[in-house]
Amino acid sequence: MTLALSLGDLSLSRGGRRLFSGLHLRLEAGQACALTGPNGSGKTSLLRAVAGLCEVDSGQIEFGGTDPGTARASGLHLLGHLDGLKASRTAGEELDFWTRWQGGRPAAMEAAVLRLDLLRLLDLEVRRLSAGQRRRLALARLLSSPRPLWLLDEPLSPLDAHWRGQALDIMAGHLAGGGLILAAVHDPLPVATVVLEIAP
Amino acid sequence: MNPALGLLRREIAIAWGRGGGLMVTGGFFAGATLLLPLASGPEPERLAQIAPGAAWTVLALSALLGLERLFERDYEDGALDLMAHAGLPLEFTCALKCLGHWLATGAPLAVLAPLAAIALGASPTLSPLLFACALAGGLAFAFTGGIGAALSLGARRGGLLTAVIVLPLFVPPVIFGGGALHAFDSGLPWRAGFALLGAYAAAAVALGPLAMAAACRNALS
Repeated sequence: MTLALSLGDLSLSRGGRRLFSGLHLRLEAGQACALTGPNGSGKTSLLRAVAGLCEVDSGQIEFGGTDPGTARASGLHLLGHLDGLKASRTAGEELDFWTRWQGGRPAAMEAAVLRLDLLRLLDLEVRRLSAGQRRRLALARLLSSPRPLWLLDEPLSPLDAHWRGQALDIMAGHLAGGGLILAAVHDPLPVATVVLEIAP
Repeated sequence: MNPALGLLRREIAIAWGRGGGLMVTGGFFAGATLLLPLASGPEPERLAQIAPGAAWTVLALSALLGLERLFERDYEDGALDLMAHAGLPLEFTCALKCLGHWLATGAPLAVLAPLAAIALGASPTLSPLLFACALAGGLAFAFTGGIGAALSLGARRGGLLTAVIVLPLFVPPVIFGGGALHAFDSGLPWRAGFALLGAYAAAAVALGPLAMAAACRNALS
């Protein structure tokens, strides 16, 4: 599946408060956009709106000719600060479940486990993992089922210096393979080709 | 293993996981059944008369346990976000979650219910019907209960709210099942009550997921 992402004249409110309006963005394969803006400016809400989890007030979200339902169901990954990993299950069980849920293949999952050095953690319950280890597990989920558009919410924040570098490598690899990234960040994102500042 | 089976397995594993599941629901069921002879007096004739109805009522109440966590856990940790945008249709996902809940707690309770009724003095001939009623009723309880659980997502003290929303929906199956059991016990035609219970369960299975998915989408947006 090849996707593009275009946001046209987008306006979004949460809880009766207008977060932003008149937002434009166009992302093609291989491009990454860093979403910046102060806390509460609507970065997470924008990512959720692109994933179809919340309604926008006005404007269009298009996926380059692909039907939005199809694009959302099988063309994008959402990685938020809530990672959907169940504390009482082991890392291996959770990764296996989500890989199948998102239509990934076991071979890709094994490669992702090696890439993110998770082999020793697979037998641990998710509650025993540190924040950075959980984030690595969540990133492995992205690699296990290849999808073109990655919506990342502060993807680097819990990672240490080494794994920040590795995560950036992974993102660069995803872009080189024709992927797209829309990432909400507070620090500069070296792989970003566009920076979009959200301001009310 | 396809995603649907994976979800079912995950739901059952979580329901049976630490701090919950079968022991708690079964323990509650046994404990609540035990209270009855203590409250209403130990005369065997009277107990035998109310035994099927009592087991049936306690079964309905036991079905409430664990309902509040059906969607709430996934809502709180973000899993519901991922389930809502990717994978199976959300309606199907909700149906699978309820089915998992029923397999994990409702079906085992259906085995316990006839035992509890016999312990209270009900005739063992009633057991097959009580078992069948508990299976069908459990399905109805799980799928109507899921509506309450989804509607109370994000609310404080969601468990209590779930119970208040769900109890009125439990009234018809309790009447139909109780009626069938009473009729059987008195040697009257009982099939109509059982058929109505089955119809209610089928309607709940068919329509409940639509309401649950709408309520989940509303809570997520």
